[in-house]
Parts: sequence; C-alpha cells; structure tokens
Amino acid sequence: MKAYLSRRYHFCASHRLHTEKYDDERNRDVYGKCNNPHGHGHNYAVTVTFSGQVDPQTGMVCNLGDLDMFARKRVLEQFDHTNLNTLSWFENRVSTTENLSIELYRIFAEFKLAQLEQIHVEETSNNSFDWLGDSSSSRTL
Amino acid sequence: MIFLTRKAEFSSAHYYWVDTWDEEKNLSVFGKCANKNGHGHNYTLEVTVAGEVDPVSGFVVDLKELKDILEREVVSVYDHRHLNLEVPEFHSMMPTTENIAIAIWNRLEGKIPNARLHRVRVYEMADLFADFYGGEA
Repeated sequence: MKAYLSRRYHFCASHRLHTEKYDDERNRDVYGKCNNPHGHGHNYAVTVTFSGQVDPQTGMVCNLGDLDMFARKRVLEQFDHTNLNTLSWFENRVSTTENLSIELYRIFAEFKLAQLEQIHVEETSNNSFDWLGDSSSSRTL
Repeated sequence: MIFLTRKAEFSSAHYYWVDTWDEEKNLSVFGKCANKNGHGHNYTLEVTVAGEVDPVSGFVVDLKELKDILEREVVSVYDHRHLNLEVPEFHSMMPTTENIAIAIWNRLEGKIPNARLHRVRVYEMADLFADFYGGEA
C-alpha cells in the first residue's frame, strides 16, 4: 500500500530581497518593504511530503525518528536563527521563498528512506509556496 | 468534478510494538511510542470526496449524511478507545498514522453515495499527517 507521509518543521530566519542586477530604485520598486537594507524575518513552516510502501511490520512509510534527525541536522541547524542571505545557496539567488523551497527540496531529496514528493513552505500565514521538483507531477493533492 | 472535504475528530490511545522483535529492537525503532502502557492523541480526520454537483440540490453529497457516515464508520469505533486493544483492524496492523489512513479508507470506501472517495488524511498532530488515495500495493 502506497501512502503519503507529511511532517512539518519550523525555523526562524531573516532575509532581504535584493538583486545586484537591478539598481536601488528598481529593487525598492520590485521588492517593496522586503528590500529594507537591514532585513526582516519570518517564522517559516516547512511541510515535507514523502511517499512509499507502508512497511507491513512497522506500519510506516519511513521512521519518523530518522526523518526528524535528518531534518534537524540538514535543515534546522543550517537555517534556524540565520540570515538566509548569508547561506551559500543564496549567494547568487534572491532569498525568496520560491528559491528557499527549491533548496529545501534539494536537501530533503538526499533523505533516501522514502520518495520525496513535495515541499510546502509557509513564509507567513498568508503566503505559502509549493515545489514538487523539476518533473512536477500532476498529482492532485 | 468538485472536491469536498469534511473533518472529524477522535481521541485515541495506541502504542507501537512488534511481537517478533525483542524489547531492545522495539525501543530502538519506535522510541517512546513503544511504551506498552500506551499514549494518546487528538486525531483530526479529513475525508475528501469527488463528484458532480447535483443541479437541483447544489450538493456533491449531503453533508449531514457524510457526517453521519464518518460518525458511524469511524468516530464511534475509534473515539476514546485504545486502537491496539479495541479496534479489530489494529490487532494485526500497527496503528501508525499511515495505517490509520488506510484503515479509514477501507471503512469508508463504497459507503458514500453519489461521490467517489478521493483522499483520507489523518493528522496525528498538527505537525504530522498521512494521506491515502486508495490503490493496491
């Protein structure tokens, strides 16, 4: 039986939306208050969805302890209470939540005990972003 | 085609234990969930059905009827019960969130008039949920 397992993680980080490819006026025009030179921050919530066959003995798609340990080491310890703009992934990318979703997908894809399906990132309770990988499936969630 | 989702809640006890494993392996795999005295959760069930809108009633399904089906088939069986000890399907199947979603699908499939069961989502807590869309292994 194939089931989907989703787990939600939380981290807090600051960022600033700005690109060197625009002049200051255009940056302010495009990014608005998110372009504040001193940055601002969010409580991010990341929901990661994996699929897999339910193990007949354990009843699990994957062991949550293993997933939590992976998330703690590879995501939370890297992102929580940081400035996203200082992370290597954002050296040449704007730290939008779209780009953050793509990076989180790349990281969680390295968890090999189940099949990664989707990353859902809430930047605020009103803004959220989904990334289903390059070969975006047509799965109806 | 339109999708309609109804929520229901139940509060149950469970634990995780494989009889053919020794205590050390059970503790190593299941951690604190292996406490044989059990622990519990407030589960939230979301059942999504798919169907066409009836041109007269404007309904995909009668919500009251769907609520009654969820109550009869799931909530009255699971709520304030120990899943391992009191719910038949979990005598032979671990009551993980994944398996609870599958078991609820099996309880509901074919019982909802005028609509197709699309998804069963079970939240064990706000930060953990499982989805089942039907289908065989």
